[in-house]
Amino acid sequence: MAVKGLDIFKLTPKTNCKECGFPTCMAFSMKAATGGVPVEKCPYISEESKELLSEATAPPMKTIKVGSGDTEKALGGETVLFRHEKTLVNKNLFAVELSDAMSDADVDAACATLQKINYDRIGEMMFVEIVAVRFAADAAKFAALVKKVADCGKIPMIVTTDAEVAKAAVAGAGAGAIIMGATKDNAAAMVDVAKAADAVLGVSADSIEALHDLVEEIEKMGYKNLVLNVGETSIKEAYANAVDIRTAAIKGNDRTFGYPSVVFANKLAPANINLQIALASAFVLRYGSIIVMDEMDFNAALPLFGLRQNIFTDPQKPMRVEPKVYEFNKPTGNDPVLVTVDFALSYFVVAGEIERSKVPAYLAIPDAGGYSVLTAWAAGKFGAGVIANFIKEADVASMTTSRKLILPGKVAVLQGDLAEELPDWEVIVGPNEAMQLPKFLRDMQA
Amino acid sequence: MPYKKAEQKFSGKINVCEIGVGDAAISIGGENSLPFLGTEGFKTAVGIAISDTTDEWADCFKALYGDDLKNPAALAKAAVEKSGADFLLVKLESADPNGADASVESCVATAVAVEAAIDVPLVVEGCKNGEKDAKLLEEVAKALEGKNVVLFSAVEDNYKTIGAAGGMAYGQKVSAESAVDINLAKQLNILLTQLGVKSKDIIMDVGTAAAGYGFEYVASTMDRIRLAGLGQNDESLQMPIMTNVSNEAWGVKEAVSTIEDAPEWGDQEARGIGMEVATASACVVGGSNAIIVRHPESAKTVKALVAGIIG
Repeated sequence: MAVKGLDIFKLTPKTNCKECGFPTCMAFSMKAATGGVPVEKCPYISEESKELLSEATAPPMKTIKVGSGDTEKALGGETVLFRHEKTLVNKNLFAVELSDAMSDADVDAACATLQKINYDRIGEMMFVEIVAVRFAADAAKFAALVKKVADCGKIPMIVTTDAEVAKAAVAGAGAGAIIMGATKDNAAAMVDVAKAADAVLGVSADSIEALHDLVEEIEKMGYKNLVLNVGETSIKEAYANAVDIRTAAIKGNDRTFGYPSVVFANKLAPANINLQIALASAFVLRYGSIIVMDEMDFNAALPLFGLRQNIFTDPQKPMRVEPKVYEFNKPTGNDPVLVTVDFALSYFVVAGEIERSKVPAYLAIPDAGGYSVLTAWAAGKFGAGVIANFIKEADVASMTTSRKLILPGKVAVLQGDLAEELPDWEVIVGPNEAMQLPKFLRDMQA
Repeated sequence: MPYKKAEQKFSGKINVCEIGVGDAAISIGGENSLPFLGTEGFKTAVGIAISDTTDEWADCFKALYGDDLKNPAALAKAAVEKSGADFLLVKLESADPNGADASVESCVATAVAVEAAIDVPLVVEGCKNGEKDAKLLEEVAKALEGKNVVLFSAVEDNYKTIGAAGGMAYGQKVSAESAVDINLAKQLNILLTQLGVKSKDIIMDVGTAAAGYGFEYVASTMDRIRLAGLGQNDESLQMPIMTNVSNEAWGVKEAVSTIEDAPEWGDQEARGIGMEVATASACVVGGSNAIIVRHPESAKTVKALVAGIIG
């Protein structure tokens, strides 16, 4: 239920004591109504009112922590359906699935692939966070596999509806493991197991209505550390459920559905890795919180991790690359230097075209505030001084014997000033659009 | 409390646009909900892309198409057969004045030959040089009169020529291209309708980026365009969206690097398909009514996704 600022104001002492850090009780109340500050910040609101209000002003979707220590990640906590409305806060996690039915060799091969996918992309490490282990037949082998997963630094997801099997396995899973999980037939026993282990409990049901009923039942048992399975029988149902569950939580204020989701892409598209990639991509945009795949090799990881990094960037803070000199097509110390800004999109477009040209080159990226070329120039963050200082400080002259410095065509106006600041360099005006770079570079090379 | 669906009711509706003629014709758009959430049978069409210049295509396409790669009409036929695509896009890249600078006549001949070789609707993409595309797409529109093709795409610099020739004189569909920006998309749609092109004859090409390469702008632009068209009933943003992800997806290093360039990354073909499928699928749930890919496997996969979501 949405609470108005005035409702909160009525509960404050109205003394404008400023102890909450706001100038007036009214200012505090307005901010608290939007969830911008917890009501507990006011020392004078009664405990009773606080409880009432914190429930009402809590975000519509719970933030659920999975894993522990280094592996801990937050899921959910979203307040909008679309990133442009504000921002999405907690990126989805990816999982691959193993089983005790697999041979040791298959498990080892899968683990080797998992260890291989571990790389940096614009300052963020990319790896599979969760490993689902599905119970087939051998409880001892199953528990050992879960433990192995935890020991490898992955968050285990224990997939079984047998509470005893789950209980044995969760003992070796470390804190913050996920148990998939509860159904209408085993809910009470599973809640006990999850409670005792402080694990996240996955909830599955045959329909969205039944899922809603079951979540209510489990909440009544006193457990609210949950994730919801969107369904494994059909793509149609899984997609509609993922959207409907999130919409109910955010737009319908239905707290029962205010939990992160789990999507078993591997079950929706068995043995079809390309369709799993398609599904994973769709669910990155549309409300999948944990997305489970059969496997995650580079063909899936490169696009999916990149997509996730894009979708979960804050629209108010553009993605930036690290200011430094980048090398392309194996330069050998006598190749030209291009310059552009540290706005990630500009960097990627330019980098892609230099790669496409196959011409060896250096790309110098000064700190331009993370803006695009023209914006950075207009803001004074990409002027001749900035570029010249960077070229000097990064000692670009010692990296290459070439003295050709190529400016983005859009800031051709800087050519004169830059030539004055860098007298040793031949400042060349490049093309206006990055797509013209391959021809430009090849012509220059010829 | 039992579950109650939080309905998102919209007053607007996306235009229906028919492309192609006769039995082969398909229609795109027509939904009055966000993608796949309504009951009106929204279905994303999946197209396959070819080009008259395939020199820089990844090696896997040589294995796939053999000598047909050098013959656009044969390539078109093979691409449709191998992919089962709903329509075909031919890019007349050789027209580029900064490239091969082929004559308008020879490119038009290519487009005509391609059209004759296939039995699905045709989309003709220019070379992305505004001036040349104006002449080229005008002549294409004339030569293919009555075939109801899509001219892909008019931009701010040449919309008058392409709009007048394609949308009005020769009865083709006009795609309006904007660079991932809702305001530019709206502006070009308005300019085209003011020129006299009927809004049902306009398709939007709102731009794209490969997954990981600024796709957040694409996702948010599509979300905002659809919410404006449906929620605010903004008629200047109710055109169906057509998105060609093939050039972007096959142009990033994840798809371009050969196995020799990046041995740890594994098979290049699998990477290219992964990049294309991920990018296309994100566009499909974002609101593209027609999505265009290069690899037949990508087309099949995206078709399977669409069929799966529709159920």
